[in-house]
This record gives sequence, structure tokens and C-alpha cells, in this order.
Amino acid sequence: MDLTGPALKTIMSTAFDVLPIVLFIFLFQVFVIRQPVRDVRRLVVGLAFTILGLGLFLVGLEQALFPLGRLMAEQLTHPDFLMRGAGMLDSHWSNYSWVYVFAFTIGFATTIAEPALLAVAMKANETSGGAIHVWGLRVAVAIGAATGVSLGCFRIIAGLPLQAFILVGYIVVVIQTIWAPRLIIPLAYDSGGVTTSTVTVPLVTALGLGLAETVPGRSPLLDGFGLVAFTCLFPIISVLAYAQLSVLRERFAGRRKMERQNRAESTSKEVI
Amino acid sequence: MIKFLRTLWKHIAGSIRDLAPIVIVIGFFQYFILQQPLDNALALAGGAILVLLGLTLFVYGLELALFPIGESLAYALARKGSVFWLLTFSFLLGFGTTVAEPALTAVANEAAKVAASAGAIENSDAARARYVLGLRITVALSVGTALLIGVLRILMGWSLPLLIISGYIMVIAMTAVAPPEIVGIAYDSGGVTTSTITVPLVAALGVGIASSLRDRNPMTDGFGLIAFASLTPMVFVMAYGSIVTWI
Repeated sequence: MDLTGPALKTIMSTAFDVLPIVLFIFLFQVFVIRQPVRDVRRLVVGLAFTILGLGLFLVGLEQALFPLGRLMAEQLTHPDFLMRGAGMLDSHWSNYSWVYVFAFTIGFATTIAEPALLAVAMKANETSGGAIHVWGLRVAVAIGAATGVSLGCFRIIAGLPLQAFILVGYIVVVIQTIWAPRLIIPLAYDSGGVTTSTVTVPLVTALGLGLAETVPGRSPLLDGFGLVAFTCLFPIISVLAYAQLSVLRERFAGRRKMERQNRAESTSKEVI
Repeated sequence: MIKFLRTLWKHIAGSIRDLAPIVIVIGFFQYFILQQPLDNALALAGGAILVLLGLTLFVYGLELALFPIGESLAYALARKGSVFWLLTFSFLLGFGTTVAEPALTAVANEAAKVAASAGAIENSDAARARYVLGLRITVALSVGTALLIGVLRILMGWSLPLLIISGYIMVIAMTAVAPPEIVGIAYDSGGVTTSTITVPLVAALGVGIASSLRDRNPMTDGFGLIAFASLTPMVFVMAYGSIVTWI
């Protein structure tokens, strides 16, 4: 298969997307800030790398992974696959267990591969002076996104109202915000929007539309949407939970350490 | 040269680790659950190599250009001391990067189909195109507004949770009013607006502004811009849907 044609096309279109941003920043630099840009060569090279990199990344995804991912979403929701063993297709939500497993794992995997999340994790690591680990944050976000996608699939299959889930999610976020360490709250709120980007959105949308088309009684137009919203909401909850867990663990470890010290002191007194 | 190769290998190794989960998930389901052989394993391997190379270059370019640009602009604007230009810049950055976003155009096209089939607009190409354009401008306005509010929050030191919770309340209130067929698309539109180029730029902008102000903490004040950008589109899209339907 020849990839040169689509590769060039995608790189061109990426460049075309980035061009207005670059132009706008350049104009601002010249007319408002009125200062010469330092290290122009480095910026130009870096920008070229960014565009070329994103272009190649998208071509690779579109040529190889997306068609396969979409095909699998279709196959897993296809009546032929779902009816294996059973005589007839029952739309009860418990018959779709492989869909949930697939939704969870693909949600996790695409989030780990998301370049935007990687960028924010790198920034958070740098800003926090290393207190927030790049990999830890990404795994926490990915677990949230994975839970969101699989719960969203359950909602489509069971035909429950989207608003109810989102409302409950918001309430959980508000309650967590009260007790979460203050340092993590802004980053946690950001992680929702960051998750749903180049890699995750196309695959998750395909999964949602495929499900809504196959499950009896669901309409793709009305029930097919909402998965991205789930993927956007649950990372907030998981990142807040991750921060709360690490605080709890520290507190627990601190108490154990104190007990050990007390014990050590009392034994040393006995010896004396 | 050796140093360069070592850096390159470090980046590539990172990308391999990032992409391994996708390959494992797809491979596992393909072989064990669906039990179907891969038709074009060669094309797949070619695509995987491109993805790997692309991600490596992107991360490298991020450190060379996008982060420094965002930060130096934030510093320069903060040093200039002009709130007006800082807010104008934030609004235009949000509006400009969103209005041309391909993911948004795709969602807007779907929304137009839904609106036409629900009878909210006429089912003709012209009416749908008008609806799509209106929706794209609405979302772009909402992201511009989001960055404006977000930057204003950093400058004034307002509480982020309070603002976000008010946003949630507005989303829920709008859900009660908006026509039901727009709700799903509106909720999804929050996620699709923040693209891979915009996110690093906006993150660097927020952290840059917060660290150039004396009594702001880059960690608690610098983040939060993207949160606004994924919240306001929901409210604006539902408002747009309500206005088109009820008027």
C-alpha cells in the first residue's frame, strides 16, 4: 500500500490547521508586543517537527488503526457475534459483556496514546517540580476515561437517560472537590477536556454509533451521542480520587511511622 | 552525534510505550475474541511505524516550539501590564483555533442531520449549511469566552471550583430547557473543541501568566483554562439549539 499520497495530504491539512494560529501569534508579536522573537530558528524547526509529527501520527492512525478499530466496534456489536450460543438476540444489557471489556480497554489504550494528554502531563510535571508524575497522571486519566466509555456503552445498551448520568457525575465531582487536595483540583478539571482529542474521539464515536445502530430500540441519532461526554467527565473523578488516595496513603504511612517511633521510644525507655 | 541518537532513542522508546496498549487491545480482541485473521498486517505495521515516528516528532517539537511560544507570549503580555490585550489575545486564540477545528465541523454536520430529521430546520442543503455555520461560530464564541473568563480568573484570583460548579448548574438548567435531540450533541461538543495543537499552547499560556504574577501559584492558578473550554460549549450549543427550535 502506498502511503505517500495520503501522508502528504494529511501533513498539508495539518499545516493548514496550524497556519492561522501561527499567523495570529506572529501578528500579535509584531504589533502588540513589539519585541523581536528570540531563537527564531529553534521555533521554526520545532514547529516543523510538531506539524510533521502530528501529520504522520494522523496518517498512521487513519491508514491502520482507525479502520481496524471501527471494524472491531462494528463486529463486536454485530448481531451475529452477540448471538453466538444464544438462540435469539436479547437486548438485555448483560448480554454485551465483551462490548464493555472492549470499551474499557480501548478507552484506556487510546487515552494513554493521546498527545494532548501527554503535553499537559509534561507541563504539570514541570510546574509541580516533579511532584506529579507524568505516567501516574496519565494512568489515572486513562482509568477514568476507560470507566467513562464502558459506562457510556452500558447507558446506550440499557437505554437510560444521558442527563441522569451526567448529573450524578457532576454531584460526585462537587463532593470530591470539597475534600480533594487543593493543588490537584485545576489539573483534574482540565484532564477531562484533554482526554478527548485526536485519538479517542473518532474511535469512541464509532463505538457509540455502532452500538446505537445494532441494539434493538435505539436510534443512532438520539442514543449514539454522549460517549464523548462520559469520556470527558470521568477522568475528573478519577484524577481527584487518585490525589485523595495518595493523601490518605501518606497520612496512613505517617501514622504508622509515628506508632513505630512511639513503640521504639517506649522499648528504649524499658531498656533504660 | 551519539548524544543526539540517545535522545532520539529515548523519545522513540517513550512512544513505543505509549502505543503498546492500543496494539495489545486490538490484537487481543482480533485473535481471541473475534477470532479473525488480520487481512493487511503489512499495512498495519507500516501505519504503526508512522504513528510511532509522528508521536516522537510531535513531542520533540512541543518542547522546542509550542511550549516556549505560549510561555514567552504570556510573559510578554503580563509584563506589558495591559489587561485589555491579554484578554483580547485569549479570546481570539480560543475563537480562532476552534472555528477551523475539523472535529467540530464533523460534530456540527451530525447535529444538522439531527435537527433536520427532528423538524427544527428545513431539510435542505442550504438550511443545513446555515445551521452548521451557526453552530461552529457558536462553539468558537463559547471557547473564546471560556479562555477570556479563565484568564480573567487567573488575574483576579477567583475560585475555580466555584466557577466550574456554576457552569455545571448552567448546564443542568439548560438541559431542562433545550430540545431533547440537541442534548447529546451539546454534551459531546464540550470534549471535541480542545485540539492537540491548542491544548499545549493554552496550558503554557495559563502557567506562564500565573508564574509571571507575584502572588499566583502556577499549579493552582495556571491550570483550569481547558476546563472552561470544555464546559462553555455545552451551555452555548444548548442555547443555540433552543433558539433555533423555539424561535
